[in-house]
Amino acid sequence: MSTAEITAVPPAGRAGPADQPAGPPGAVPSWLRLLRSELRLVFRRLRNLALLVVLAALPVLLGIALRLATPRGGRGGDAGASFISQLAGNGVFLAFIAITLMIALVLPLAVAVVSGDSVAGEAGLGTLRYLLTVPAGRTRLLAAKYVAIVVFGLSACCVVVAAALATGAALFPVGPVTLLSGNTVPLGQGLLRVLFVTLYVAAAMAALGAIGLAVSTFTEHPIGAIATVLVLAVVSEIADNIPQFAVVHPYLPSHWWLFFDSLLRTPIAASDLLHGLLSFGVYAVIFCSIAWARFTSTDVTA
Amino acid sequence: MSTAGTGTDADTGADAGAPERGTGPEAGTGPDGGTGPESGPGPESGPGAGPPGRPGLAITTSGLTKRFRGGQLAVDDLGLAVPRGSIYGFLGPNGSGKTTTIRMLLGLIYPTRGSVRLLGEPVPGAAARVLPRVGSLVEGPAFYPYLSGRANLARIDAADRTTDPRTAAARIDAALDRVGLLSAARKRYRAYSLGMKQRLAIATGLLRPRELIILDEPTNGLDPQGTREVRGLIREIATDGVTVLVSSHLLAEVEQICTHVGVMRTGRLVFQGTLDELRSRGSRRVVIRTTQPSEAAATLAALGLADIQPADGEVSAQLGDQSPERICRELVLAGVGVAGLATPRPNLEDLFVGLTGVGFDVDG
Repeated sequence: MSTAEITAVPPAGRAGPADQPAGPPGAVPSWLRLLRSELRLVFRRLRNLALLVVLAALPVLLGIALRLATPRGGRGGDAGASFISQLAGNGVFLAFIAITLMIALVLPLAVAVVSGDSVAGEAGLGTLRYLLTVPAGRTRLLAAKYVAIVVFGLSACCVVVAAALATGAALFPVGPVTLLSGNTVPLGQGLLRVLFVTLYVAAAMAALGAIGLAVSTFTEHPIGAIATVLVLAVVSEIADNIPQFAVVHPYLPSHWWLFFDSLLRTPIAASDLLHGLLSFGVYAVIFCSIAWARFTSTDVTA
Repeated sequence: MSTAGTGTDADTGADAGAPERGTGPEAGTGPDGGTGPESGPGPESGPGAGPPGRPGLAITTSGLTKRFRGGQLAVDDLGLAVPRGSIYGFLGPNGSGKTTTIRMLLGLIYPTRGSVRLLGEPVPGAAARVLPRVGSLVEGPAFYPYLSGRANLARIDAADRTTDPRTAAARIDAALDRVGLLSAARKRYRAYSLGMKQRLAIATGLLRPRELIILDEPTNGLDPQGTREVRGLIREIATDGVTVLVSSHLLAEVEQICTHVGVMRTGRLVFQGTLDELRSRGSRRVVIRTTQPSEAAATLAALGLADIQPADGEVSAQLGDQSPERICRELVLAGVGVAGLATPRPNLEDLFVGLTGVGFDVDG
């Protein structure tokens, strides 16, 4: 039925991007409806919620372990360059430590699960054929899937950082933040930098999510897709640590993940950050294109 | 016209000339700004590739062919013609290409050659425009096991850009009510019985008024009671003037409700027409009860009847263009005692098996 006959109901969500078709005035636009349905599917899935719980628990465990290992009151070595020594002086640093440790495996795992499952999971269940005959539209469905992956990745990063900040505040002193470069900035600016780190890492996970989305369009077996994404991430990280491969390092998807530590220095090394963001953007565009080309041209036989 | 029982019928007038609904949003939602696939890779299916959709037909295919990668020819030069308002039984043994055909009708599989028109619109070219008017169940029910029946339907409805979100709850409950699942709406899909799953799948087709409903093996795996329920449901849907295409590998399951049938065999359509046309296709036989079968057989042979089969106490043969009266007279004149003479209508099931089974060559 034509949505044009719909009249006033206040929009339940945010305003849409400009490229959306003009929906009925006042009603929930159809793209937002699909996206909400997609997000509900991701965030109400018990498995995904369990992942978020694990992501929240790890910084807490980490904080407790470091608290036990740190001599009480020791404000060890202000000029020290390591995160760990900074932690004794400021709980905010637990956020950076947690992100640094978890970006190696746990965060990519969470993103791999959701992105690898995105299309392959629907194909495996057979729900894909029902969605496509609605018709949801292949491009439209894929776009909603990718946005949901990005939102999940961002949520995962936020959960890690929030849990780490809370734990850090509870177990360590909180105050002006001494950066890796030795300068001290007020707590407010320190937290702002934490926010930027979170967004940077979320961008990195969005790029990994695009890879997962593409892999997911090639199979009906979500476990296979999830494993493939994770293996790709780990192989990239290993290759990034082999000096003989130095030539290709800047092009590896994981190479720029840890460059968020530029945000912990003054002046901020913006070129590193921009390189990183550029790399994530290029990966996202390339793999979303692959996913789109594949998904819109293949027969759905599942 | 109301199939979902909600007040949204206004724009589903049955003619194909309805203004474009739900087009457009396909393009530009992708992160890559891609264009809609529905207008993209469908090979040779653009306007003009097939015959223009005739107004009296809900589904037409022309030269529809699908060769899968690996060379398997699943559907071969298929020319379906499903009249509007009919209940079309799409028959054939498992593996004869029914599901592949249905997937091509719905734009899930791209044809290798040939074209599809649903309600006058080309598919997959105009899939976004025409599929909202088509309800379907493809290859058995498939839902999220961890969601309730109601949540599953809500998910399907949310994907439809042409429905009104504010009537969703009412339409979903109406659809559940229609298939008798309202009391189980909150139950998880995982806990549904096979019959309930099948009915939930049919309910997806009832979320909004439709002009055409395509049901792929809706009675597969159901017990006789479930089969009867589904059959009743189909009949009820069709009384609203909705065209129904229902596939099955068992003629008996659909024979009571169909007006038309199409019979598939190894990817080809070997028969298409009304049930009466199918019946009249079968050659009538004449069966003579007699105590002298061998003499009777000789007389029949003299009359030029084919396929004479003498048995104990009776003889049968193909009637051909002979009249039963003449046969009877000739038998009596030849001194054969005729205890009974009958020309039974061929059994539809036998005809169906003859069309689809092995070893019985039918020119199709």
